Amino acid sequence: MTYRLASHLNPDLFSPSCAKEANRIGFGKALKEVGSKDERVVALCADLTESTRIIDFKDAFPERFFEMGISEQSMASVASGMAAMGKIPFMASYAMFSPGRNWEQIRTTIAYNDVPVKIIGAHAGVSVGPDGATHQAIEDVALMRTIPNMVVLSPSDTLEAARATMTLATTTEPSYMRLAREATPVVTTAATPFAIGKAEMYLFRDEAHTKKVGIIASGTILFEALSAARTLNENGIGASVMNLATIKPLDTAAVLTFAEEHNVLVTVEEHQRAGGMGSAVVEYLSTVRPTKVIRLGIDDAFGQSGTMEELWRYFGLDAASIVLETKRILGVS
Amino acid sequence: MKYLSDSDVTALETKANEIRASIIEMLVAAGSGHTAGPLGMADIFTLLYFHVLRHDAKNPLWSERDRLVLSNGHICPVLYATMAHAGYFPIEELKTLRKFGSRLQGHPHRIMLPGLETSSGPLGSGLSQAVGMALAERLDNPYSSKYFYCMTGDGEWNEGQMWEALLLAGKEKLHNLIVIVDRNGIQIDGFVEDIMPLEPLYEKFSAFNFDVQEVDGHNMRAVNDAIGKAQAVFGQPSVIIAHTIPSKGVGLFERDFRWHGNPPGKGPTDRVPRDKQAEVALRELRSLKGYVTNSEHP
Repeated sequence: MTYRLASHLNPDLFSPSCAKEANRIGFGKALKEVGSKDERVVALCADLTESTRIIDFKDAFPERFFEMGISEQSMASVASGMAAMGKIPFMASYAMFSPGRNWEQIRTTIAYNDVPVKIIGAHAGVSVGPDGATHQAIEDVALMRTIPNMVVLSPSDTLEAARATMTLATTTEPSYMRLAREATPVVTTAATPFAIGKAEMYLFRDEAHTKKVGIIASGTILFEALSAARTLNENGIGASVMNLATIKPLDTAAVLTFAEEHNVLVTVEEHQRAGGMGSAVVEYLSTVRPTKVIRLGIDDAFGQSGTMEELWRYFGLDAASIVLETKRILGVS
Repeated sequence: MKYLSDSDVTALETKANEIRASIIEMLVAAGSGHTAGPLGMADIFTLLYFHVLRHDAKNPLWSERDRLVLSNGHICPVLYATMAHAGYFPIEELKTLRKFGSRLQGHPHRIMLPGLETSSGPLGSGLSQAVGMALAERLDNPYSSKYFYCMTGDGEWNEGQMWEALLLAGKEKLHNLIVIVDRNGIQIDGFVEDIMPLEPLYEKFSAFNFDVQEVDGHNMRAVNDAIGKAQAVFGQPSVIIAHTIPSKGVGLFERDFRWHGNPPGKGPTDRVPRDKQAEVALRELRSLKGYVTNSEHP
């Protein structure tokens, strides 16, 4: 298990001029690219073509794009049928509706059939903001990771979403990728590695870094985890960060290393604490290496309208909250 | 349309009754499962697998095969029995239905048994899959002569997803999609028209831009003609409402919704005691009450 220095990430990461882009944008661009490389790739959407960014593919390959109308349940099974005929379907909607509404169709017709349908759940998390709780999918990871055969990805930025999309087009597993609506900092660079099932770990100083707290994050909230770790290190608390972009299959070797090398772990995700990424981490560690893990997430509650920043703060997921919670656990002020 | 001679009809009807006997035997061996739907659809499945479908039992993944998607997965005993009689796997294996380790799962699993086009059981999803298959085929081969058959139960049309799929099939004018509705009039809780009325069903399908036909689902020639006409339709998908008798072939079980989800030996006892149910059914199917073919059956 090798760590990288956080300086390998976007050098402008903590500067006010850091580039921001929603990770759905990277998905859209990459899907268009895979469409030009592989004729088997087809796309389906349930009346959200523009906002899920599947529009890039639609405009480039209109004959391979299928508009389903507002019918997510049928979309899942149509995609399954296409995959049975040799296609690699990417189906997009908001996470609240897909996999929110069509869970059983995904389970039976995609996962049980074990066909390579790629489910794109856009506008996941509370960060979708003003639309309110009805549109804030914070249960989708739990819904998907409990289904056998299903791969679950939560990329941290637009570049990682693009790499994940390119990879998904080459894999045979049914897969779910959750994306966010809001523009968030571009954390990674074109050179940052991405592989399904491989976590990336980051240090904030050189090898002399004292590893006290390990923060594990999935999705665009990774930036908040990195910001928190930077502050903690500035305050003399050795903090490292793991980008767990693949929630399933879990990179158990990396998680075990991380647990062995830190006194305490903190998981951060824009999801219910029950059943999400943090749950996956503790399910694994509880048997192989019982470890103190603080799971930050939404604690059995619905979201509400607000800005992304307001909601992350309200639910204790922003950098300042992560710093505070970490210090509280460590008993330092 | 493939021509059916009189001797073809007799051979198919005889085969259908052999398949019905297999259904009874496998349900008895399983001790659970559905009786009414499988018996009622035996004629149509026999016609499809022994006369209509382009398929190869020895090469079940042959890419040029027609696709038959079973949407109402609970009637899989008729699919399994027909496939076994058609040579996909040994007839003896039918006795493993619903048993631990069997390829013949209580509801079909595509991965386990080559020749199944999908896994099904939860109702309402098969039509969407057949539509997806037909769309994918059109993309690869606009002049394809493959047909995509989707078998559905009538109770299944309670499911909203069926109507989502109809909208899409009509929009996409999938002329190689042929939907067959097993209009046997029953579902678990009672008669379909009591539970959730579908009528006027013909008009509903027509309003969704489907070519609609209604046939006697036990008349080989009528069903064959309807499929032939459906194959000839261009510019819209087809649906055939096949009127069938639940538990057809076993008089004491026929038309009784209580046979929907029970195997012989566990069915209603007012007409025949449980310990005699399998024996009565098999005797009737094997003798056809003295008639030679099903079409002479009163």
